[in-house]
Amino acid sequence: MFAYRKPLLAVAVSFALLSQAALAEDQFFPIVSYRVGPYGANGQAFYGGFVDYLNYVNLKDGGINGVKLVWEECETEYNNAKGVECYERLKSKAKVSTGPLHTMSTGISYALIEKAVDDKLPLAMMGYGRTDAVDGSVFPYAFPLVTTYQMQASAILKFIKDKEKGSLEGKKIAFLYHDSAYGKEPIVALQEEAKLNKFDLSLIPVAHPGNEQSAQWLKIRQENPNYVIFWGWGVMNQTALKAAQKVGFPREKIIGSWWAGSEEDTVPAGDAAKGYMAATWNVAGTTVPLIADIEKVVYGANKGNLQDKTKLGTILYNRGVSAAVLSVEALRGAQAKYGKGKPVNGEQVRWALENLDITDARLKEIGATDLLPPIRTSCANHEGSGMVKIQQWDGAKWVPVSGWIEGDKALIHPLFKVSAQQYAKEKNIVPRDCTKES
Amino acid sequence: MFYREAGQFKSSYAADQQLFPIRQDRIGVLLLLAIAFLVVPFVAGEYWFSAILIPFLIFSLAALGLNLLTGYAGQLSLGSAAFMAVGAYAAYNFELRVDGLPILFSFALAGLTAAGVGILFGLPSLWIKGFYLAVATLAAQFFIVWCLTKFPWFSNHSSSGVISTQKVTLFGYAFTSPREKYLLVLTIVTVLALAAKNLVRSSTGRAWMAVRDMDVAASVIGIRLMPTKLLAFAVSSFYCGVAGALYAFCYLGSVEPDGFSLDLSFRVLFMIIIGGMGSILGSFLGAAFILLLPIFLDIALPWLAGALGLPFSNATVSHIQILLFGTLIMFFLIVEPHGLARLWQIAKEKLRLWPFPH
Amino acid sequence: MRFFLEVLISGLLSGVMYSLVALGFVLIYKASGVFNFAQGAMVYLAALSVVGCMEKGAPLWLAIPLALGIMTLFGIATEKFVLRKLVNQPPIALFMATIGLAFFIEGLAPMVFGSDPRALDLGIVDEPIEAILNRWGMVISRFDLVAAGIAALLVTVLALFFQYTRIGRALRAVADDHQAALSIGIPLQHIWAIVWGVAGFVALVAGMLWGARNGVQFALTFTALKALPVLIIGGFTSVPGAIVGGLIIGASEKLAEIYLPPLMESAFGGNFGGIEGWFPYVLALLFLLIRPEGLFGEKHIDRV
Repeated sequence: MFAYRKPLLAVAVSFALLSQAALAEDQFFPIVSYRVGPYGANGQAFYGGFVDYLNYVNLKDGGINGVKLVWEECETEYNNAKGVECYERLKSKAKVSTGPLHTMSTGISYALIEKAVDDKLPLAMMGYGRTDAVDGSVFPYAFPLVTTYQMQASAILKFIKDKEKGSLEGKKIAFLYHDSAYGKEPIVALQEEAKLNKFDLSLIPVAHPGNEQSAQWLKIRQENPNYVIFWGWGVMNQTALKAAQKVGFPREKIIGSWWAGSEEDTVPAGDAAKGYMAATWNVAGTTVPLIADIEKVVYGANKGNLQDKTKLGTILYNRGVSAAVLSVEALRGAQAKYGKGKPVNGEQVRWALENLDITDARLKEIGATDLLPPIRTSCANHEGSGMVKIQQWDGAKWVPVSGWIEGDKALIHPLFKVSAQQYAKEKNIVPRDCTKES
Repeated sequence: MFYREAGQFKSSYAADQQLFPIRQDRIGVLLLLAIAFLVVPFVAGEYWFSAILIPFLIFSLAALGLNLLTGYAGQLSLGSAAFMAVGAYAAYNFELRVDGLPILFSFALAGLTAAGVGILFGLPSLWIKGFYLAVATLAAQFFIVWCLTKFPWFSNHSSSGVISTQKVTLFGYAFTSPREKYLLVLTIVTVLALAAKNLVRSSTGRAWMAVRDMDVAASVIGIRLMPTKLLAFAVSSFYCGVAGALYAFCYLGSVEPDGFSLDLSFRVLFMIIIGGMGSILGSFLGAAFILLLPIFLDIALPWLAGALGLPFSNATVSHIQILLFGTLIMFFLIVEPHGLARLWQIAKEKLRLWPFPH
Repeated sequence: MRFFLEVLISGLLSGVMYSLVALGFVLIYKASGVFNFAQGAMVYLAALSVVGCMEKGAPLWLAIPLALGIMTLFGIATEKFVLRKLVNQPPIALFMATIGLAFFIEGLAPMVFGSDPRALDLGIVDEPIEAILNRWGMVISRFDLVAAGIAALLVTVLALFFQYTRIGRALRAVADDHQAALSIGIPLQHIWAIVWGVAGFVALVAGMLWGARNGVQFALTFTALKALPVLIIGGFTSVPGAIVGGLIIGASEKLAEIYLPPLMESAFGGNFGGIEGWFPYVLALLFLLIRPEGLFGEKHIDRV
């Protein structure tokens, strides 16, 4: 009997611990992360980079203007319900001060969008999540920063168009996608682009988890498209590359989204991945000055978060750093407006995220050139950039093969507006007037 | 001594047939309900409402639904999450397409829709059983989720397939705060749980148990298998459907078909195994255990690692969590295969005799 | 027609991969009546052990026996610490215990060997065979052919093992009737440990082939989901059934994925691809209408 009693007691004790809040003079970061489960490997690299940079700021500068960064992590396993539980657990601690919340999951972001407004906790969705939140007038607390699925698809098409000497007319492009919210988001944009640029678009969905794709690739072989745009995630990525090899489809003609373009996707595919291209907004490698410095400062002090140090400088690690850089820059902005040397709360961070202006010069100053494109947000544009680079896997590492490419904003952004308006109508939200925001 | 039914004589049919025939049980249940309705809303914080109490009640309801089917009628199902999905999407569509439909009607209709779908997927149970049936219910799991993904009508043509639920309003009153939602969920769950308690002691419930124990024998003594099994599927799916609707409307607020994955079905199944098959109380205990254990481990392990100075990384902690979870499930099956509900029974027997065990 | 054949053949070859996983289920179910849901996790553990050992410096020829050792130890431990304690429990309890076991493995394996997706190179290039490509214009993967050959070999070896060895005969006896086997002096628990060892071996073969095909990673545990409908069609107790079931599922699933969605699209409009997730299950369900015990399953007669 008492074998069961003890855990119960411990539950009671642990909930008592829960109420312990972060010190008032520190800046708190709620981190809703995943390091196990089907996508655990991706999360380990991303959140490793994220936490390492926060540590780096503490070690190098003693925090932001003297405000130490503290954080607490909660494991979601990429599961929506667990994500909500984590959010609820961390939000009480994030009342006084908070950094933006990065969930790295489209599903969790969706579940949190309304709650975040009520709790005044800004959600950063860098390259995932609800894309129509670009329209900040309807979504004050959601920030699909850097770029969205739609803008990215458009940028990839622009890249292909350049390769095809400026015209896509009469070309065949297949869109192979993970059959979920993530994979379906860019379809509307691709269809608009197809109309505009007069190319044939065929949509080929892959059922979750996507560890069997021979039928899809035989279909692709039969249709023989000029390019395959690829929206995969997790095991689906390496399976696709292997299957492409199996049917002899050239990998140089496959361009993936940024969730399909990390070492975790190409290494398991071995030789089959060579030549494959993917979008990204940050380069890989430890040669980036900031990454090299993190290695020296954080790992030199033996405070690194990575269990497996070889992940240092991988695409997802660097992306985690880029997310942390962006968060810290937002906190700096908030401090500049609301009082230097003081922790800032969700409302203040929200303002800062909406008024971000990270220039090339600033990126160079912190050594983060090529970890992020320059970003300038506003109430009407929560995305702030819309630029990506295309990179190619040379068999051992990712090599950028293009400069910054911006998607077709004039075509894509109105789509967000329509979708956001529909959402506002469904939810009875009165959009803010962006001309009056400062 | 504390739980002695000696001296409680029943002198009328009504007294003999009441839901809780023992006085202590009646008092206990009333006390529990009083605490849940009158005390908890004033003492619990927001985290407790939104992250623990509401999901606990919702999962209890889903587990209750599965328990009716698996624990009472003996039909193993691995598709409960799919029926929850049907409930969630049905409630969304009823709210969307019927103007001003009170939310309770939507929930009820969602349950009925799920019941209909449940009957459809219960049909194979007429000619197969055991593991074959379990795998057949997986067909429901995958097919339903696929349908919800593929027909944009279900998600009102949202480009991502995600639905974001409407406000929960009843006769002009909006349930917005976690506390209000908790009370709404609590009321629904209480009513349905008492109904289930009543159902399983009726002739239907006894027919289910006969089918569970041996269906050939049951049919020999005159229980018609087809309606009995299908009714079990219908009632079970109704409960799961309502739970799914509550899950979408009162807990997450926004769901996508993929969220109702096989994993969720397994979680619900674990709940009834750990809680106790064929026990209403067990559904609640199991839900509490499965829900609280990961949260507890999540908090206790890093703390423990820190206290003992173990160099655990976050990833290791998460892996240990999953490992422990699996171990505990095996441990329970070995040590107490009848689940937590059985422990409660043992406790009751002890209480009856204590302090004079002879 | 060429395309049809191409899809059919690729489907059959994928089906062999499903059979390999299903085989592990069948072995354990046959001998101990346990529906081992952890088979998928065992595939993951096996593949991870091979890669893990190779990362620690062992060459492939050494890593394989090492992994086999790990799988055998694991099987014996499972029998000793879990299944032995669950004797006489209803089958559902055993089934649940294996789900617990699956979680156990999913937590333990990446903790020991790391959770990064890794490549496993068996030295077989997964490219179309050129002779066939040039002659008939059909794409047949070399790797899939080799995998099919290995599967055929494995089934033959297992069949011989069951038929002609002492242990094999004991296994069949146990499968037929536990108590009768026990009463003529067959040590039940040893037999179960051996069966789990053999299932571990099958998991190892499946894990290496799947791992070489898609990379070694957590998603290998999902292979179990592909194997379940195979079991229904083939029957839970039949080794040839697992093979035939796999072939049927593989071929029909691929053909359906290619030819059904266009039909549905013309009927409802929209995009209906990605039916591979549920199609095998629905097919299996239809099979059950005709043969409730599967193609090769044993007919079960209920008595009161």
